[in-house]
Amino acid sequence: MGLATFKGGVHPYEGKELSEHKPVQVLMPKGELVYPMSQHIGAPATPLVKKGDKVLAGQKIGEASGFISANVICSVSGTVKAVEPRRVANGTMVNSIIVENDGEYTAVEGLGADRDPKSLSKQEIRDIVKEAGIVGLGGAGFPTHVKLMPKDESKIDYILVNGAECEPYLTSDYRLMMEQPEKLVEGLKVVLQLFDNAKGVIGIENNKPEAIAKLQELVKGEPRIEVCPLKTKYPQGGERSLIYAITGRKVNSSMLPADAGCIVDNVDTVISIYNAVCKTTPLMRRVVTVTGDAIANPQNYEVKIGTNMQELVEAAGGFKTEPEKLIAGGPMMGMALFTTDIPVTKTNSALLCMTKDEVAANEETPCIRCGKCVSACPSNIVPVMMMKAALKGDCEAFEKVNGMECMECGSCTFICPAKRPLTQAFKEMRKTVMANRRKKAQEGK
Amino acid sequence: MNKLLNVSSSPHVRSHESTQSIMMDVAIAMLPATAFGVFQFGLNALLVLIVTIAACVLSEYIFEKVTHRKCTVYDLSAVVTGMILALNMPADIPLWIPALGGVFAIVVVKQLYGGLGQNFMNPALAARCFLLISFTGKMSTFTLDGWTGATPLAVLKAGGEADVLAMFLGKIPGTIGEVSVLALLVGGLYLVWRKVISLRIPVTYILTTAVFVFIFGQQDLNYVLAHICGGGLIFGAFFMATDYVTSPITPLGQILFGILLGVLTGLFRIFGGSAEGVSYAIIISNLLVPLIERVTLPKAFGKEGK
Repeated sequence: MGLATFKGGVHPYEGKELSEHKPVQVLMPKGELVYPMSQHIGAPATPLVKKGDKVLAGQKIGEASGFISANVICSVSGTVKAVEPRRVANGTMVNSIIVENDGEYTAVEGLGADRDPKSLSKQEIRDIVKEAGIVGLGGAGFPTHVKLMPKDESKIDYILVNGAECEPYLTSDYRLMMEQPEKLVEGLKVVLQLFDNAKGVIGIENNKPEAIAKLQELVKGEPRIEVCPLKTKYPQGGERSLIYAITGRKVNSSMLPADAGCIVDNVDTVISIYNAVCKTTPLMRRVVTVTGDAIANPQNYEVKIGTNMQELVEAAGGFKTEPEKLIAGGPMMGMALFTTDIPVTKTNSALLCMTKDEVAANEETPCIRCGKCVSACPSNIVPVMMMKAALKGDCEAFEKVNGMECMECGSCTFICPAKRPLTQAFKEMRKTVMANRRKKAQEGK
Repeated sequence: MNKLLNVSSSPHVRSHESTQSIMMDVAIAMLPATAFGVFQFGLNALLVLIVTIAACVLSEYIFEKVTHRKCTVYDLSAVVTGMILALNMPADIPLWIPALGGVFAIVVVKQLYGGLGQNFMNPALAARCFLLISFTGKMSTFTLDGWTGATPLAVLKAGGEADVLAMFLGKIPGTIGEVSVLALLVGGLYLVWRKVISLRIPVTYILTTAVFVFIFGQQDLNYVLAHICGGGLIFGAFFMATDYVTSPITPLGQILFGILLGVLTGLFRIFGGSAEGVSYAIIISNLLVPLIERVTLPKAFGKEGK
């Protein structure tokens, strides 16, 4: 049997050699820390502190404000300087709590205490995950405790750990699998404790053979956990692709993974669950890959959430060549930055610094209908037809050719020989269609 | 930092392939057949090639200059059109005919409909059919080694026998590029290897034609093989029916398209007045592409059951 995989996809230049052998270094923040209240999908958190308040490391400073929302935890001790809008990676201003670090890292009581997950009930575990402010650290930022509360708990038969790391250049998950595999397995066991009928599968692309070997060795004695090597192909780590590759089940845009009996969590997310449940440590840090051909010393850093991005650039030796483009995240789905004066948030997996912007270097030419986008599309839709509808702004036609099934992975845009901005147009269209749907739903009420 | 950073929506990387690199691959793939044509039909064939390609490129350049459009000569699509058209010409044609064909292909079929990607018929083939109707005699007189002879399919239609081995190698009268099945297959497989084309259209086209002539023609292996090797079927199947702009983009649509082509080619050959029919089959099928695409829209991932 061949390697587990999905239909379609592309093979961009991987670029992982820049940072894959660099062990994770802990980076301490120098300046102020900024905690945006919206680092997740869903309603923004409500600030619990005000200017002048003393805060401690591990203290909850933002409270989840709805069902789909997440707490925000302070990662240092110090004084609240302000509660005001600050710029984040996607360019918008988000209400944030700004903390002046006193450098003491005085922690709340009980932080870091060992805890035996077996002594906890399912509800207690869910509450701990919720309190810890854990969200999907792969980039989507969906609140993890919501994922852990599906409608029918008994129907979940797969807990998938997403170790594909299919985005080029990113190595943070790889380093975690190499350096902290025990925490990953223990974290997965905690999740399995919630779902009696589930089996845990760690999916890893086969360009990381050492991580596969290491985890395979580690789960030998675990009856409920296995490691599934995946074919190296983008977007193997996309939720739908991963579920299909490992279980053969298909999830479309109107389904949740839970509808297919699956819960998918990223490597760093599972480790955060371990930290929260077994070590009484809420989500205060994440691993960020600082890489690209413009950076002097590409590195993987464990960073306190809220640290200014510029500090990461300086720690990595600054720019050896002037960058033309900075990206928060990977080159396929990451966000281009116009400044490094933004905080590291829960979902920032990387800071990619490129000397060349391939987008600007390529001119858009007419579509020659080569069909490469059709073969590359993991959702089995026809980007050519979606683009036709998008250029006319025709929402109806866009939906008719299954435009809403697009997961915005960017494969079609990557492969297009005419260099057409397909994904970009689809994002706009999908937003418009969603907005129209919401409007209709409201009018109906 | 002094320079402003570039900001754009993801993805931020692009593959190395371009329209130009694809067109270059198609041109390279036609080189074996081109070389064979020049070797067999001599200097005249080379002149026809040069004149046709020059006519295509120049008319594209001039048209775009006159209409103040962006010059697209460098994407090499006009070169490919010129090559296909030239390879569809008899070697002894007076040179003004391919020149006229080149201008017709680029100006009328391609540019007037909006340029690259917008034409609904294969420009080279539409031009060939235009020339075939306008100058039937000159366009269908084929000489080989000084002898004017009928093409193998015409012989076959008149009740004669065909030498399949000669047809496979190319020692037959015909247009410059269609004669050597061997040279065409080398180029066709290059395109498949380079992932420029998939085998869906060529294979279904050739197989359907074979089945059709077997059922409605003669139940004879030699006869069927002659139909596969003759009349530019291999050239058409690999290089003209697979033209991106004028073939379906959906995988199922490509298979339907191949079947349609095979049926039409068989109909023209067995029941039609002429011995051949590849060109007409392709341009007629080109017109049905939007319809084929509409009915073969693939089911999205995870929506198969609905």
